[in-house]
Amino acid sequence: MAEVTTRTAPPAPVLVEPGTILPGRARGAVPLRREGPSKLTGAARYTDDLVVPGAWYGATIRSTDARARFSALDLDPAFDWSSVVVVTAADIPGENIVSSIKADQPILVPLGGEIQHHAEPLALLAAPDRATLRAARKAVRVRTEPLPPVFDPLESDHVFAAYEIAAGDPSAAFAAADLVLEGEYRVGHQEQLYIENQAMIAVPEDDGGVTVTGSLQCPYYVHSALKLGLGLDDREARVVQAETGGGFGGKEEYPSVVALHASLLAGKAKRPVRMIYDRHEDIAATTKRHPAIVRHRTGVTHDGRLIAQEIEVVMDGGAYCTLTPVVLSRGALHAGGPYRCPNVRIRARATRTNTPPNGAFRGFGAPQVEFAAETHLNRIAEALGLSPLEIRRRNIYQLGDTTPTGQVLRESVAAGEVLERAAEASEFERLRVQRVAAGQDRSGTGTGAASGSALLTGRERFASGVGLALAWHGAGFTGTGEVKLASVAALELTGEGAIRILTASTEMGQGSKTILPQLVAEVLGVPAEWVEAAAQDTAVVPDSGPTVASRTSMVVGGLLIKAAQRLRAEVESATGGSFAATYRDFAHSHGPRRIDQRFEPYPDTAFDDETYRGDAYPAFSWAACVARVDVDLDTGEVLVRDVVAADDVGRVIHPVLAEGQVEGGTLQAVGYATIEEIKLRDGRYLNDRLATYVIPTALDAPRITTILVEAPFSGAPHGAKGLGELPMDVGAPAVVAAIADATGAWITDLPASPERILAALADAPAVAPPRAGASEPAPPPEPGR
Amino acid sequence: MPVEPPITSPRTLADAYAQLAEGPVTPIAGGTDLMVSLTGELGEPPERMLDLWHLDELRGIALDGDSLVLGALTTYTDLRRSSLCREHVPALVEAAATIGAAQIQNRGTIGGNAVNASPAGDTLPVLLALDATLVCGSVRGERDVPATAFWPGYRRTALAPDELLVRIRFPLVAGRASRFRKVGTRRAQSISKVVMALAYCAGTDGGLWTDVRLALGSVAPTPIRASATEAVLEGRPPIPAIAELAAETLAAELHPIDDVRSTAEYRRVVSARVLHRLIREAGGW
Ligand SMILES: Cc1cc2nc3c(=O)[nH]c(=O)nc-3n(C[C@H](O)[C@H](O)[C@H](O)COP(=O)(O)OP(=O)(O)OC[C@H]3O[C@@H](n4cnc5c(N)ncnc54)[C@H](O)[C@@H]3O)c2cc1C
Repeated sequence: MAEVTTRTAPPAPVLVEPGTILPGRARGAVPLRREGPSKLTGAARYTDDLVVPGAWYGATIRSTDARARFSALDLDPAFDWSSVVVVTAADIPGENIVSSIKADQPILVPLGGEIQHHAEPLALLAAPDRATLRAARKAVRVRTEPLPPVFDPLESDHVFAAYEIAAGDPSAAFAAADLVLEGEYRVGHQEQLYIENQAMIAVPEDDGGVTVTGSLQCPYYVHSALKLGLGLDDREARVVQAETGGGFGGKEEYPSVVALHASLLAGKAKRPVRMIYDRHEDIAATTKRHPAIVRHRTGVTHDGRLIAQEIEVVMDGGAYCTLTPVVLSRGALHAGGPYRCPNVRIRARATRTNTPPNGAFRGFGAPQVEFAAETHLNRIAEALGLSPLEIRRRNIYQLGDTTPTGQVLRESVAAGEVLERAAEASEFERLRVQRVAAGQDRSGTGTGAASGSALLTGRERFASGVGLALAWHGAGFTGTGEVKLASVAALELTGEGAIRILTASTEMGQGSKTILPQLVAEVLGVPAEWVEAAAQDTAVVPDSGPTVASRTSMVVGGLLIKAAQRLRAEVESATGGSFAATYRDFAHSHGPRRIDQRFEPYPDTAFDDETYRGDAYPAFSWAACVARVDVDLDTGEVLVRDVVAADDVGRVIHPVLAEGQVEGGTLQAVGYATIEEIKLRDGRYLNDRLATYVIPTALDAPRITTILVEAPFSGAPHGAKGLGELPMDVGAPAVVAAIADATGAWITDLPASPERILAALADAPAVAPPRAGASEPAPPPEPGR
Repeated sequence: MPVEPPITSPRTLADAYAQLAEGPVTPIAGGTDLMVSLTGELGEPPERMLDLWHLDELRGIALDGDSLVLGALTTYTDLRRSSLCREHVPALVEAAATIGAAQIQNRGTIGGNAVNASPAGDTLPVLLALDATLVCGSVRGERDVPATAFWPGYRRTALAPDELLVRIRFPLVAGRASRFRKVGTRRAQSISKVVMALAYCAGTDGGLWTDVRLALGSVAPTPIRASATEAVLEGRPPIPAIAELAAETLAAELHPIDDVRSTAEYRRVVSARVLHRLIREAGGW
């Protein structure tokens, strides 16, 4: 064979300096994400990347019982304990409580105390190196006396929270209804699966205080926890956020535990301690989305109008209260879905089980109840022979409608807009009608195979379907939450003439570091790069509230805009020139100036936490989603091919980041709908590893088309409402509706795993009722990717 | 908390054999299974490791008489790129394409898959269905082990502690067709719930199948051949009645278990349906 002699010269290698990125073919994102280049090039330093000379390694000794009395901690006398620090509850200088809504969760279970779940921390170890630490762990033995555990939230009589919302006269309305449909829906745990595991480094200070640096969402939550647990004052406890690799709610409350543990060890060892979880420990021990059981009973008229809803929501809180009351509250308030219904009764409760505590996760109670509400509505549409689009058109909230809490929707109602946009862009109605007309053969006959086989062989392999769902999501904190928080954000013009934002709002991948300066720059009339943001360090920044509840752009962004307006007015009236041209001179002549802007209640909104009447949220965001799936009828595997998402966010600040939120949330919802499942045995998670807790990969991701809708909210100076959680509410019911459209089977328990789909197809008649006018052939399924 | 065990990197097979003869040492090829065990979470990590990566004697894809021979260090990427493999062992190429994702395929080897002996190892049913021979070597010389004898029990192989898997030989059989399907937990980075390989010779006399081999993974403690089902298919054509009978036979022949990835019932039913589908596709009806 002849040698190949002609060669084109390879392109010259390109060297990329750390921290820079080259122009690529990606869509221009202006402004670029502030921390994007350093993350992209690997220059960003996450907690475990931080070098702290002399730091020891920490580990947690956990329970292996779901419920038990903690009777003894045996340290093997044969082991050399001289270079190991052991911390138990007796070493806790402050209160043995992880500060949260209720004072029920201990930092460490005391000897003689009651263990409430399988991964509960009992003691802590620190050692100079990992090998010693590992050996020390093996030399610890925990002795317990088992107690009977409770695993079923329906059976538990320990209620963390309960709410009731009532409107109209449901009994009378049910009696008058043309059709009453009941359904029960169940959703399981979901793991946030941030890329970076929980991580904290605690450094003891000379004054008896402690500085913790770590991966977290809410610096001031951790700050409160350190003050309570270690008996420190505001100044002695200092919390600094390191670069954080994702949170999704999973770093809202749990970092308090990790920070307390690291600090206790550091205090006793008198040196820095690194507490870095590996993935196994992270999945096994940290909070998950609350499982829920939701029961619906709905009365409708023949033409598909909702006239009565009775909804019962039961959430599984796990072993401790954590944020459960607030999650449940949001669940109760969203349970009816974005639909007008005059007669409603919603009862919600969350109970304790002996499983690891559940907590915050993107959506915060809404995805659970909206999966139930949307699936139930889709089944009502099917029962009435109505299109899922049409039944929504007849019931969605319009301007001026009243919600079950008596809240009048006076502005920013975009349910119809997102619904029509998503339906139009996805050609929902055309696809649905085409599928119905084709009467897609689900029967397995017509192939020459023996039909009626118990194994259901002989069918066409793939069935495709299309599904629609709609959601609402209350923007910001529930009820009086924001008023109670009384957040402060500050804007500073330093003596050197730098413009600096001071907030505790953290960047964890969602883009707050980029958009907050953008908002300020716009008001000041300067380029975004001129605006700096101070580090999220409790010694430096005020408490602008937790970075949760999709509130950062809307609430903190709003505060900063007001602060910027004040700063601009002050500078311009003093100098007589434009802010951009004169602020440096102003700074030099007047010295530093800092403006603290405190949250003020939105005008004309009131909510009664006792009666659950009034304005539950200042505004709602709205989302519609159309999903197309192919189901492999041999295996029950689902390929979500295509998703069209229309999301109303009030105002889009940064289109690329906004689309990123919709895409990421949609993919998380696709995982929730199809494959993400925590399996439990005796209160322990069986699949607490990445090999067994599976989330969608790039190949499992659908093509996602995002449509951003803007229905501004007047209470925020820029009109923005929340976005982060919204797409998580709507994806799962759309996918499940598409599976039902494809197969005829409604999967009422999430995830709609292949096992559940096959079981449903075996139980239910696999044959869809033949529909009239079958003429057009179904489009051939695209080959699986 | 990884603590790295000491490792040596011999340059010749003879040196590697000598080190193995000296004492307990764990070979590491691509490391895609072994590195996971270094965390110590899933059992004791190895004490000492022997790096095979520089042993070119364990590489190469070549025809040798009436066999196709793959070195134990052949990676999945090598397999996917090889025209010899595509021509003679297409089911193996298909299996390679389903393993992990690009990074794992660049590094993971067929030898590592075989010796790791996971019941969910995706190439194992293919080795069984294609009558592969695994060549094992040590200071004592080489010996052949047929695939049917290589996995005697759960996560065990026929290798002696001082032996390496050197190469894998596939007999070239005229007119043999082979098919593969994996049902996993998702579309990439996925561990099998059911994995199946089917091989047969389709005669010219009315398309009767002979030398039928049906092998499965993830349905038993080891990869297995489904001999009762093979008997149903042997000497018969791929027609609906035979497919149905084969599917029913397979469903009765398998005794899978419930585990964290799936259920016994799912595995049984899906195995039968996938077999039915493969026969139907081969039969063209
Ligand atoms: C993210 C990920 C995804 C994966 N996906 C899949 C998948 O889809 N399907 C699948 O089947 N597997 C999968 N695996 C497992 C693994 O990649 C394969 O089993 C691979 O073939 C192992 O090969 P290796 O060369 O990396 O083996 P190594 O890890 O180097 O070794 C594995 C075992 O074999 C022994 N060994 C290796 N070579 C020899 C030899 N020549 N002689 C004697 N002993 C030897 C080692 O001592 C060790 O016990 C995955 C692994 C990861 C981490």
